[in-house]
Order: sequence, then C-alpha cells, then structure tokens
Amino acid sequence: MATEILMPALSPTMEEGTLAKWLVKEGDTVKAGDILAEIETDKATMEFEAVDEGVIGKLLVAEGTEGVKVNAAIAVLLEDGESADAAPAKAEPKAKTPQAEAASPAPVAPAAPAAPKAATLQPDWPEGTETRKQTVREALRDGMAEEMRRDPNVFLMGEEVAEYQGAYKISQGMLDEFGPKRVIDTPITEHGFTGIAVGAAFGGLRPIVEFMTFNFAMQAIDQIINSAAKTLYMSGGQMGAPMVFRGPNGAAARVGAQHSQDYAAWYAQIPGLKVVMPYSASDYKGLMKTAIRDPNPVIFLENEILYGRSFDVPVLEDYTVPFGKAKIWREGTDVTIISFGIGMTYALEAAERLEKDGISAEVIDLRTLRPLDYDTLIASVMKTNRCVTVEEGFPVASIGNHLSAYIMENAFDYLDAPVINCCGKDVPMPYAANLEKLALVTTDEVVAAVKKVTYR
Amino acid sequence: MATRKSQKVSNVSADELKGFYRDMLLIRRFEEKAGQLYGMGLIGGFCHLYIGQEAVVVGLEAAAEEGDKRITSYRDHGHMLACGMDPNGVMAELTGREGGYSKGKGGSMHMFSKEKHFYGGHGIVGAQVPLGAGLAFADKYLDNKRVTFAYFGDGAANQGQVYETFNMAALWKLPVIFVIENNQYAMGTSQQRSTSSAEIYERGHAFGIPGEAVDGMDVLAVKAAGEKAVAHCRAGDGPYILEIKTYRYRGHSMSDPAKYRTREEVQKMRDEKDAIEHVRDLLLSGKHATEDDLKAIDKEIKDIVNASAEFAKESPEPALSELWTDIYADEVPQSA
Repeated sequence: MATEILMPALSPTMEEGTLAKWLVKEGDTVKAGDILAEIETDKATMEFEAVDEGVIGKLLVAEGTEGVKVNAAIAVLLEDGESADAAPAKAEPKAKTPQAEAASPAPVAPAAPAAPKAATLQPDWPEGTETRKQTVREALRDGMAEEMRRDPNVFLMGEEVAEYQGAYKISQGMLDEFGPKRVIDTPITEHGFTGIAVGAAFGGLRPIVEFMTFNFAMQAIDQIINSAAKTLYMSGGQMGAPMVFRGPNGAAARVGAQHSQDYAAWYAQIPGLKVVMPYSASDYKGLMKTAIRDPNPVIFLENEILYGRSFDVPVLEDYTVPFGKAKIWREGTDVTIISFGIGMTYALEAAERLEKDGISAEVIDLRTLRPLDYDTLIASVMKTNRCVTVEEGFPVASIGNHLSAYIMENAFDYLDAPVINCCGKDVPMPYAANLEKLALVTTDEVVAAVKKVTYR
Repeated sequence: MATRKSQKVSNVSADELKGFYRDMLLIRRFEEKAGQLYGMGLIGGFCHLYIGQEAVVVGLEAAAEEGDKRITSYRDHGHMLACGMDPNGVMAELTGREGGYSKGKGGSMHMFSKEKHFYGGHGIVGAQVPLGAGLAFADKYLDNKRVTFAYFGDGAANQGQVYETFNMAALWKLPVIFVIENNQYAMGTSQQRSTSSAEIYERGHAFGIPGEAVDGMDVLAVKAAGEKAVAHCRAGDGPYILEIKTYRYRGHSMSDPAKYRTREEVQKMRDEKDAIEHVRDLLLSGKHATEDDLKAIDKEIKDIVNASAEFAKESPEPALSELWTDIYADEVPQSA
C-alpha cells in the first residue's frame, strides 16, 4: 500500500521548513536509510532519510519550496508493483497539522501562540523609514556583526559559535567575516570560559559570551554575579566588565525541566547587571547594539521560539534602542497588560480577544528589566486603574511580583482591583506535551485575569 | 619543604638583595600592624595575613616587567605592596575609609589598582584563575606581549574551574603563569587530607602545561623560577605553572585558632626557614650590608607602616552618598 512521506520535525521548535533539494526522483527504488532530501530548518540543513523501502511514486512538493509545514505530505512511497495512480492525488497529512488546532499552539511547539498581527506595531523609528521583514535570528546576528565591524575589541565566544555557525544558527556567517580570532569556539566548560571572558573584559576587551542556553549559565553564575556584576563597585569604580552574556532563555518546546527555565527574575535581582529581554526583531537588533556598547555587564535573554519569527526592522545604518524605555504596543483604556519577551505573544493575543469582548487593553513591553521603565507603567496604570502582568517564569519572586509591589507603593489610590500576575506554574517543566502546555502561562489565563480585574 | 636555600647570590646585585629585604620586611611589618588594628576593632570582617609567604610575591615581582598583570585571592595585601601600591591606600581600605583603594567599599579581600595592573583581590576561592587567564587572553588578543601572574592557593587548586582554565590556557597558548602558593593548609585542611597529588604542579602535565616546584622561602629561587616562567610565556609558548612551597605563620584569617597544626611546627618554620632571615644572613655574611644598613631599612619600614596606620585612622569614612556610586559605569552612547 502506498504510504505518504511527511515533512519531518527536525528540532524541538520547528514548525515549518524549506525542502531544499530532492536527492531522489520519481521511479527511484529506495531502502531504509537512503537519503531522500535535504531539508532546511531554522537552525540547519539536515538530511532526511527513508525509513521504509519502496519506489518513489510521486514528489508532492517541489524542491526549493519554503514554508513546508511539519507533517505535510511531501512524497508518496509505493510498494513493489503499485502504480503511482494508487496514491491520492492530493495527499492529506495523516497527523494533525499545526493548523488543526487553530486557537491553541501547534503540537510541535506548544509554547508558541501565533504571532500577533504586525498592524498593532507602533514602530519607534521615524515615520517613512523603510523597513523589511527579518527574523529575530537575522536581526540579532546583524546587530552583533554591525558592532563587531565598529569596534575591533568586540568578540564572540561560546560553544559551537564558529565552525558550526551557532547551535541555533545565530552566528551564521560570522566566522567567515571576522575570522577565528574574533569568533571563538570554546570547549564545553561554561564556568571556565565565562571567567576567562570576564577577565578579558577587565583587560580591556568587549566580549560577547553565548550560552547555548541560559540553563547552562548556572554553571557559570558565580563568575557572572560575583566577578562581572560586583567588581566595579568593589573597586571603587576603577574597573568593571563591559560585556554581554546572551543566549536562549526560558521554555523552548518539549525539552524538559533542565532546559526550560526562565531566568529573568534571577538576573533582574542583581545590582550591577543590566537585563534585557526583547520580543520583536527590531528590539533584538537595537537592544543588542546598545548592550554591546554598554560599559556594564548585560544579560541578554533570548527566546528560541521567537528566533524564527519575523517582524518589521527599520533599514537604518545604525539603529539602536535605549535601555530603560518600555514600548507601548497597543493603547487602551480599561486595563494595562505588562509583559516582556515571549510573554508578549500572550499579552497581545489576549488584547485582541478582549477587544472583541469590548475590553480595551493597553499592552506594554518592558524590553529591559534592569533598568526598568517604571514611569511608563505607572502612567498607564493611573490611566486604566487595572493591571495584569504576564511572564513564563516561575511565580514566586517573579518579575510580576515586583511590579505589583511597585505599583501598590506608587499608584495604590489609582487601583480599582488587585494586580494579577500571570506566570508559569510553580512546578519543574514537565516533558509531556499536555502537561507542558499546562505549566506555561496561556492566553486564556491572561484573558481570565483581565476579566477578573475589570469585574466582567 | 625543599631542603635548603641557595647560598649563592650570583643572580642578583647587592642592591637588589637589599631591595628584597626591604620589600619583604614591608609586607611583614604591614601585616603585623594590620593584625594589631584588627585587634583594636579598626579593621573588620575577614582579614587574611600574608606573614611567612613574603618571598613568593617579592621574588616574582622581581621577574615581572612594567605592564605585566597580577590577580590573586583574598590573601592579597602582600601582592599589592609588592607591586608598588601605596601602603596608605591599602591600609585605609582595610579600615574602610575614603582614602582606601576602593573608597572603603571593597575591604581586605576586594582591592584593585588599574595603575599598577593589580586586578584583585577576589573573595571566591578559585574564581581568580579563569579571570587571570582572561587577562592573558586580552593581552594575547591585543598582541601587547604582557604576562599575567594568576595566584591561587593549594586549596583553590581543587576547584574545577582551575582545570577548565588549564585546558583553555593550554589550548589557546595564553601568556599566564599559574602561581600555586602552596602554604600547605586550605584554611584548616592540610594538603595531605585534601589533595590526591603530592605535587600539585604535576596536574599541569595532563594539559601539556610545563611547571615546577619552587622553594618559596628562598626569594632568589622564586625569582629565578619566575624569570624562567616569564620567558616561556613572553615567547608565546603558552602557560606555565609554578608551585611555590611556602608557609603562613598566622591563622587562615584573624579568627582562626589554628588547632589543626602544632605551635612547634610553626616555630620550626620560623626558626629554620624564614625568608627574611635568609636574606638578612646573605646580606651580612656576604658583606653586602652592615647591621647599621639593615637597621636603617628597619627604621624606614617602621615609619612607612606607622604612617599608613595613621592615614588609615585619620581618613574619613566614605560619604553616605558613596552607597549609590560605582554600581554602573557611564551610560552608553546611543549612536556612533
């Protein structure tokens, strides 16, 4: 019987990919292990092998096709003697496609609600500036590369950043442009290479340290906090660590408890550090450029699910975004929703749904957690009198807890309801898809919280 | 402990030998004074004295050139004095005063001098080792032919990050000298009870890093070993390990009753191995100095140390506004 060959998911967060090249043609006999095609994911080009033997009956997707959804049929495999006509003319995927669950996140990436419409974007560049669509990944690389062209003392080090082109393909092409002196593969030794990078910053360089994920930075946290963050103070201002620590932070998809923690609240607690957690591609670029120029240690918290998302990025020679300036993505009058990073996807999606129910939500993206733009959020809460915070991190001692306390102290008389914090659940991240979804914050929870504070 | 010190003084001049005597004596008298001020309540917190180990830093500084860097742990007063930092500034930092190297905000364990290329003063055991390799990384990147001395103790030698650093320093041929100041006790735990290797420097062999043990009670032996290590690093041949066998006469910190060793053990070291007495003997027996010459040096040192104590008492406490300074460096320019 004819079987369909489906577009494979080749990474935890892959939702779609490019069928770069077919290595078989219709009529070819294949056996298990034969390479059928090259597939480009957002991270790498992978070879895709046959798992059954048979004859290639039909290639359903032409090579070079972009945006092929995971689990879509890409070819038909016939058993000996079958004719290609036995295959359905238009193959329907066997497994549920991401589209099958319209309102909820895709099964391959349960942490990712659909990207909000760009129409809600209020750009912080001059009107009339040309923009282009760029993924967060590309914007991040451009930001680093521009600063490396500008300052020869900026260099990038980390695991797989050079020859492999980045474990998440962020540093793609950088080794070619800047050479091995400035794009440096390290051994798997976070504590050691982080200490070396901090020492290099003491010695006059501007290191960018990539952690393959911030989960691994826990091996190095003494050097980040005790050495990088505190030395300027302890030396009476004589020397500090101008450098950037960056990498994906928080839950990706189905990678379990040890690879899914959001460290925003941890680092935001430390005087001496600056902490950045962007959402959009333009902010990734503009804030990365600011981070590299900043004369202090900067924690730059990225998100694997956002890497592949596209946003408008201004075409400007030197686009930077200042620290400590929040961005209002939507203006509203009934409630203020404050978030940052991937949390913005829930905040914006909730705001859209609430609009249909007649609730006008103002959505604020903090962008930097240290320094934090208290003025913008207090002004907003004074206008709306209600506030909900959204983040994926653990609920105890969360960023939301801090914001609630600050708002209570500084705008108590303006509040018509207690502030509600929508956070991840107080559990280690489970692996099972349904439990993982339950452990993260959801748009439904944000909508429910807003209805609660607006007494609807 | 290696059996005996060099009796020959061929690799140093009489003046240099007198300089060693003076520099080691400065550290000892300074530390004795610090201990005294601690007892009077003028110095607080932790205070780790360097008495007994003076030949290590004085010998190695004699092998260093202008621009070379040094970094160490919390037992750092001797390193600062040996690299030429002002005793007044060090003592005033110990008393937590405005005139201290860190304006009173660092204390005994956290002092720095950009001018003298002294990068601290680090309170976390072993953390200064990758930091030191990072300084060497910067020097190599900038191609300025400088060498970094990264000091750590026999206790820190059991921290994992030391070996992570050995690996990368060898891999990337960093110009760093790992100086293991083996004073035989990691706080109260002897090397025998904590360390699987009898010779710690031999651990470098696993990474292809050359090294050697040195008699740390003999300033001339330390200087000679330092010169060899510096030449190795300066030539671009990568890191070098010096395991300098030394001894601290005082407790781990001021609050250490030192019950883990006998009074006799300490006394025997002082009587038979003392590094300052050794140089004194060489100066007198070689007729490089007279008793009166040495008395003049003693007097000069005593005056410097007394002056530093006076300065440290007189210097005011930092202004209350200092609480909120030096947390962040200047703001970043927003465009090029």
